[in-house]
Amino acid sequence: MKKVYAREEYCLGCKLCEVYCVTSHSESKDVVKAHKMEEITPRVIVESTGEVSFALQCRHCDDAPCTKACITGALQKDPETGIVGYNQEKCVGCWTCIMTCPYGAIKRDEYGRSIISKCDLCIETGEPVCVVNCPNNALVFIDLAEKQGEGVEEQDKLVKEQGGCRD
Amino acid sequence: MNYVIIGNSAAGIGAVEGIRKYDQQGKITIIADEPYHTYSRPLISYYLAGKVNQEQMKFRPDDFYEKNRVETILGKRAVKIDQSSKTVSLEDGQQIGFDKLLLATGGKPFIPPIKGSEMENILTFIKMDDVRAIAERLETAGVKDCQGREDYPEKERTVVTGHDQLRPVKAVILGAGLIGLKAAEALVKLGVKVTVVELADRVLSTILDHEAAALVQSHLEDKGISFELEDTIEEFIGEKAVRKVRLKSGFVINCDLAIVAVGVRPKVNLVEGTGIEINRGILVNKKMETNIEDIYAAGDVAEGYDMLKGTAGVIPIWPNAYNQGLTAGENMTGADKTYEEGFARNSIGFFGLPMITAGIINPEGDEYEILVDKAVEDNTYRKVVLRDDKIVGFIYLNKVDRAGILTGLIKEQQDIGDIKEKILADDFGYLTFSEEWRRAKLWK
Repeated sequence: MKKVYAREEYCLGCKLCEVYCVTSHSESKDVVKAHKMEEITPRVIVESTGEVSFALQCRHCDDAPCTKACITGALQKDPETGIVGYNQEKCVGCWTCIMTCPYGAIKRDEYGRSIISKCDLCIETGEPVCVVNCPNNALVFIDLAEKQGEGVEEQDKLVKEQGGCRD
Repeated sequence: MNYVIIGNSAAGIGAVEGIRKYDQQGKITIIADEPYHTYSRPLISYYLAGKVNQEQMKFRPDDFYEKNRVETILGKRAVKIDQSSKTVSLEDGQQIGFDKLLLATGGKPFIPPIKGSEMENILTFIKMDDVRAIAERLETAGVKDCQGREDYPEKERTVVTGHDQLRPVKAVILGAGLIGLKAAEALVKLGVKVTVVELADRVLSTILDHEAAALVQSHLEDKGISFELEDTIEEFIGEKAVRKVRLKSGFVINCDLAIVAVGVRPKVNLVEGTGIEINRGILVNKKMETNIEDIYAAGDVAEGYDMLKGTAGVIPIWPNAYNQGLTAGENMTGADKTYEEGFARNSIGFFGLPMITAGIINPEGDEYEILVDKAVEDNTYRKVVLRDDKIVGFIYLNKVDRAGILTGLIKEQQDIGDIKEKILADDFGYLTFSEEWRRAKLWK
């Protein structure tokens, strides 16, 4: 399946991916209103050391351990799309998924509600807004599966082709 | 193929999903003594407190059985297994044949032999009917609407005594483990005055160390729970219903109901005398097979493999049950899967104070190294336990974010010697590791 991959050598750590994520998942779809009036937790995590940075989203794992640990059934992997979906209505905020996700890609709601925040690959818009709006093309949305086993160099080439690197 | 599953909770449902990954045709029958659509037992405290309703308790959607073509026999107890004729007998005499059988009967609360423990308002707290029984007792005592409500009162509940004086509704809970404290939290939210009696010298002794337990205890005391530690109930006093308890220390506490939550044991009575091997639970290998061909066990009834202890062990937690059930289901179809990631881990919280703990958290011996980061003033405490530079356990109290990275490192028994001084840093994450490691994890 197509997933989001981060090219950390191109990431500036500007966190625009967070801004677009919040806006896209808001009611108003307005960048100011989304951040000032709606309480929305970004579904992407930006790790940064100052020197290196990259954005991390749910990996939509094949075996999806969070879905096997979820006590409510709120997290389910869609067998058709491969997307690990989240039903907020079912979630009670037990954080068992946070205990389980080996990437640390699931966040607690930043506004104290008993819900989580995780990437849905922007199923509603079709293409992840973090990828579309990354100013340095540090995020790419590609299907790596068919290139598996072809080595790091091949993957790099694929990323350069599909990522449309500007430099 | 004819699959029969006894049990309708995490392991049983996991098995259905495991079977259907490989076999769309075979017949699946689920037998369970509870009459309900599959529901999440860990949610019973939320249900009691009115934070979720019966609909939200459902672990899978209404059409789950239909979609997976599962025949259900709910509300009937399986009473006998005959391995030579490959049949399960139900309490009404009906016999169900099987080609492959999964035992996913779960656990049952252990009731220690205490004088008076047969009284009607001494209850346990592991399943739906327990909530109903508690709700019934609370109603009798004056708490009117304690289950399935959307909002719960924060104020103290009272009942009118014989002298027209108001007094709080009171509950005594024996056991300060996960179940006892979740029951205590729900009752406090309903306005009940709760005292927890615990034999150990701290709360949550199986998942916390002394330091973390002290923080959690004082948080719970702030919320109104009283504790009697290093003490136990010696007698329940009353006629038909318990009215007070006498502790070993001689202390006497009045109560309108009592909950016994000292532990859960594998529910093995169905297999006793069958030749299926039992130690504490039903012994299974990494494929979830018992010693009898075509009979599998999974979940809280099973004694599988504990990867951190390197021995067999009962690990009665939800993710373990689901994964064991899934593995059993897959293997029942003829697949060749193992589940080797069994170890204790829990994510739980009380009154907004979350904690995630896993593996060995109270190590004894020179081979362990302990790293700690704490800020007592904001209830934050984190501890990581290493053995040969590999993580074998951790406690994350209050600051629980990204705990799964550590759980993953435990599963993989990854050597983290070169980064161990950064593991408790605020910015700990994938950038803490080498680019090569990160790339291997993320680019797949």
